[in-house]
Amino acid sequence: MTIHQARIAGLPLMNLIRFKGTPIFQQLQLEERLLRTSSDNWCIINDGTNAPAIVMGMSGRFTGGGTVIVDHGTVFITFICNKDAVPDVQPYPRSIMSWSSLLYSEVFRGIDNFQLRENDYVFGNCKFGGNAQSITKKRWIHHTSFLWDYEDMNMAYLKLPEQAPEYRLARGHMEFVCRMKDYLPNFVFIENTVKAIETHFSVNPVNLESIVAPCDKEFVHSTRLLAKEELEEAYACPAKSQSHQLSS
Amino acid sequence: MALRMWASSTASALKISCASKAHLSPAFSLSRCFSTVLDGLKYASSHEWVKHEGAVATIGITDHAQDHLGEVVFVELPEPGGSVSKAGSFGAVESVKATSDVNSPISGEVIEVNSKLSESPGLINSSPYEEGWMIKVKPSSPSELESLMGPKEYTKFCEEEDAH
Repeated sequence: MTIHQARIAGLPLMNLIRFKGTPIFQQLQLEERLLRTSSDNWCIINDGTNAPAIVMGMSGRFTGGGTVIVDHGTVFITFICNKDAVPDVQPYPRSIMSWSSLLYSEVFRGIDNFQLRENDYVFGNCKFGGNAQSITKKRWIHHTSFLWDYEDMNMAYLKLPEQAPEYRLARGHMEFVCRMKDYLPNFVFIENTVKAIETHFSVNPVNLESIVAPCDKEFVHSTRLLAKEELEEAYACPAKSQSHQLSS
Repeated sequence: MALRMWASSTASALKISCASKAHLSPAFSLSRCFSTVLDGLKYASSHEWVKHEGAVATIGITDHAQDHLGEVVFVELPEPGGSVSKAGSFGAVESVKATSDVNSPISGEVIEVNSKLSESPGLINSSPYEEGWMIKVKPSSPSELESLMGPKEYTKFCEEEDAH
């Protein structure tokens, strides 16, 4: 379906931002701002962050989720929608997750055993995508980190989480996760995703530079970099910190 | 009673939680949407409840909301002494993979927060109308309560929402 035909069909508008190598911290702050201050629907595709980072879904952060290590091999795709934008999707975690799994079923059509298991995207029983959401009164955000590729060494930093999905079956990280690049080319994944989005929305490509405005400095983000003292405090109280070290 | 028993058995067969809070509801409770709605409370369209007793209003999220959110693992609450505004966010409930804003049905001053929720956030799931209460507020505009839904209206609202 072409954009022209989609608009005629009355599909909701979706602003699409695509970038590569944008720092995950910058992306998350952008997402938070768009969720809280915009009334439009947005899709953000970031093909790899330029600097490795540890993203902790600590309580008080604006989205849920656990701890992930991300780098240039991680592809991030985020949907920010008004609660009435998608028919039959209620602003609750399971409804949003169900919808997203249907969209990605279109993306991975023909690839063996793609499915949503609990809150993860898997091929068979190997996880390649983790999700997090934030839901406000009128909008929701669904953020996915896709393991296009990863460094074994970085994965070794992650502890086994206290709370893990049942299908994990106590497997270590190397046995639990898999690389997307072993299943399909990057350009196929990205283009299939854009096509899938176009079947649900009228897509409007947007440049990142066009949406960064001086007044944005007034918005107070909850997403932030942790100070050394906070990390030391968390390390000193493992029982408390591990309660939020959820598997992503 | 027959309706509640049917709803409970069906909910059990479907593995849907269906808490009974009869002791909090001297008149009746409605279970047609497989979630408990209590008499004597007022409800917001964003699925918070208010219990107004004299100069104090107690606020929490409904059974319908906790069921849809899933297991609650953390609750973010304001500090006592702060203020809340009708329909404005005063905190958040974090379940696995999702954080959801909680909005105040009325305006006022926060006079107490439920400190038990820091150690036992699951109280919101197990006891959303009793031990899972979130904040107590001194209403600044009691007339705001009149615009909220009653039990029957809220039950119908839930049914229509779930029908989509």
